[in-house]
Amino acid sequence: MLRFIVRRLLQAIPTLLILSILVFAWLRLLPGGPAGALLGDKATPEKIADLNRVLGLDQPIFVQYFKFLGRILTGDFGSSLASGQPVLSEIGFALPATIELSVGALIIAVGLGIPFGYLAARFRAGILDNAVIIVTLVGVAVPVFFLGYFLQDNFAELLGLPSSGRQSSGLDATHVTGFAVLDGVLTQEWDAAWDAIEHLILPAIALATIPLAVIVRITRASVLDVLNEDFIRTAQSKGLRQPTIRRRHVLRNALLPVATTIGLQTGLLLGGAVLTEKVFNIRGIGYLLAEGIERRDYPRLQALILLGAVVYVVVNMLVDISYGIIDPRVRVR
Amino acid sequence: MLQTRVARTRRIALIGLAGALAVSMTACATSDRDAGGGGGTGGTMVFGTVGNPKMFDPAFTDEGETYRVTRQILDTLVQNKAGTAELEPSLAEKWAPSNDGKTWTFNLKQGVKFSDGTVFDAAAVCANFDRWYNMKGAAAQSQMIYYGDVFEGFAHNEGKATGDPVYKSCEAKDPATAVLNLTKAKGAFPAAFTLPAFAMQSPTAMKKYDADKVTQSGDSFTYSDYAYKYVSGTGPFKLEGWDQGKGEITMVRNDQSAVKAKLDKLIFKVIPDENARKQALKAGDIQGYDYPAPADYGLLRNDKNQVLIRPSFSVLYLGINQKNNPKLADVRVRQALAYGVNRAQFSQSKLAEGSEPATEFVPKAIAGYTDDVTKYPYDPAKAKDLLAQAGASNLTLKFYYPTEVTRPYMPNPADTFTAISEDLRKIGVTIEPVAKPWNGGYKDDVQQAGKQDIHLLGWTGDYNDAGNFVGTFFGRKKTEFGFDNADLFKALGDADAAAAGEAHTKAYQEANKKIMEYVPAVPVAYPTSALVVSEKVKGITPSPLTDERFSTATVN
Repeated sequence: MLRFIVRRLLQAIPTLLILSILVFAWLRLLPGGPAGALLGDKATPEKIADLNRVLGLDQPIFVQYFKFLGRILTGDFGSSLASGQPVLSEIGFALPATIELSVGALIIAVGLGIPFGYLAARFRAGILDNAVIIVTLVGVAVPVFFLGYFLQDNFAELLGLPSSGRQSSGLDATHVTGFAVLDGVLTQEWDAAWDAIEHLILPAIALATIPLAVIVRITRASVLDVLNEDFIRTAQSKGLRQPTIRRRHVLRNALLPVATTIGLQTGLLLGGAVLTEKVFNIRGIGYLLAEGIERRDYPRLQALILLGAVVYVVVNMLVDISYGIIDPRVRVR
Repeated sequence: MLQTRVARTRRIALIGLAGALAVSMTACATSDRDAGGGGGTGGTMVFGTVGNPKMFDPAFTDEGETYRVTRQILDTLVQNKAGTAELEPSLAEKWAPSNDGKTWTFNLKQGVKFSDGTVFDAAAVCANFDRWYNMKGAAAQSQMIYYGDVFEGFAHNEGKATGDPVYKSCEAKDPATAVLNLTKAKGAFPAAFTLPAFAMQSPTAMKKYDADKVTQSGDSFTYSDYAYKYVSGTGPFKLEGWDQGKGEITMVRNDQSAVKAKLDKLIFKVIPDENARKQALKAGDIQGYDYPAPADYGLLRNDKNQVLIRPSFSVLYLGINQKNNPKLADVRVRQALAYGVNRAQFSQSKLAEGSEPATEFVPKAIAGYTDDVTKYPYDPAKAKDLLAQAGASNLTLKFYYPTEVTRPYMPNPADTFTAISEDLRKIGVTIEPVAKPWNGGYKDDVQQAGKQDIHLLGWTGDYNDAGNFVGTFFGRKKTEFGFDNADLFKALGDADAAAAGEAHTKAYQEANKKIMEYVPAVPVAYPTSALVVSEKVKGITPSPLTDERFSTATVN
């Protein structure tokens, strides 16, 4: 097993190296460059040349690359051009916001998706089923930013819910973990925790629509499949009570593909909250990414792309390792 | 059955374990809340801003979001009168140049303290000027953009873009009198003393927190803790904190300040998306925000908000590159383009309320503006006639315009391009459009490579000096415009060197006349921007220089 893990780790190194070259080359090939972004609109060509010298951007490209590699290997991703803060510290602030939002969205998506999917299948072709099909179609089709603005326009004021940020301005909240709700609970600042939950409601609804629609449809299809299985008929003919059949035999078996879908949707939520975070002004990873692109924030973009890739490679490696543990034949191959 | 029981026992054990873990974590985390309570009476104002500041030491940036904060916590020697670009006393009660313009004497306000409790006096003023002049390190110097522009050089230049320093020395004659000695007269003074980059900061705090330390960090720079946490000035507010997670900069009233703020607390909340700012105002999360979309002015007013329009301090122009197309070197062709653009209609239909058609490159609020320039009112017939006289009736022009950008002087580049192109087509000019992303090569192509025949660009002023506009555009040979006019360069050089006051203004008025005879480009409009505050907010005056001070603001 150890040899398998070491081999997978060694295989990851060239992947990450090639990626670092691609990211480095891509950002260096973009017109403008960090000097232009740092100096702003009024920069003269002379000042840009001066700053390029200071930043070492006038050196041969391979020298620049090895310096860049040396820095990122020591965990130095530089400072953001947009905020002046070290990029890793920015990501440290943003990650809890994105996780909190994604968890909120998942709770809504799973909490509503499975029951509605199940009920739609159970009352197939009925009013509920048709309504669910139409609503989920709309849910998949409606753009997140539109829904976000719609919720802000029509429900923020009506329900007295905040429409921007993670916590009310001026609220004296203690930060422990960076997760606003959790911090409120841990420090027993209940008003801060509730305030953070209120701030999560509308963005989580906006973000939850697509996964909710997907989960409803998968659950419905999966339950319908299971309902037609022989073992359900057997259970019925055995005289088992309907609630028992539904709980033990239908739901349990139907939830297997749903669980896989939830896993996939979680990944998408964590990586794809860009629009929701922008509309609701939540300083998460998506927000950082969008602002980084808009403001040509090279250090931030480099860090986000590379760290994203590292996470991806590591997760894939863990999956491979877990396969290796589950199925020894994988190791042999 | 046994299996079920085991599973249930395991579940109970797990729940118990989770509960114990939660309790133990709660025991570890304690609230940092201040048991005291505020005690103030002026209230809190939350204002929505468009971007993050870089940090809070204005010496190292020219960036507006940093200045928005430092304008509340630091004071300059001279400041702009609220709502105008006229000068008025701030930390200096009086200021006067010598006859040759090389010496400036400042009579300082007495009894003023920095927020760290140290005294503001002439020695502190000189310590600030000396700090800028003696700044060490190429990284630090490269970020002192306004110091480089105005004072031109350091004691030891570490970059090639800087030259001989304008600063010579500073003497603290007595605690109330600081004398600034320069190596040459410069037209930018005294207006440039209003620049936030030249605000006075506590020498003690700067030394204590190593304020001059600027280190390269990858493709960017990091600053000492001073710049993020401990900036100390004489302004009506002092910095309390910058919450990165919430994107909020909090300031509290500085009781040491000579100007007492009416608010207890002022919070700038960063909300980059314009619609999100609007929603936050509607929901009452914020009490005002910057840069509302012009299309929303009416709706915002209907909701009883106040849209405060800033007098224009920007100019949008149609650039002309004489080098690329020989026909454009003929003044009659350039005049034809000027007559061919319907500026009045454009300003009214495409720009925000309060915007006006431009007749020269200096906005009306600036000393040096004159109404006595050659004007080019919309006259397509005359334009066609001039083109025919110049033998350019079949003129084809490569028209560069930017995409993926909005600028205070150009809220919608595509709309601007379309409107001007249509006007030019009507006078017989064939347009070859070239759209380039602003951050994807537009400025490189236009300003460094000079690939265009005509292009869209503009400028927002930094301080009340015409040289900041026309000197920047036409003071020397530039690839962007591709002309070499020694007479014009000299007129602008002389104007810059003219002693402050009447002579200085007159010299720029003369230069402006020459510019509009030569028409090196076509001034199109003086666009405006605005900020919006709820009906509960009083006491904010919109400034042409975005120099809004919140010390006079109240929230009902």
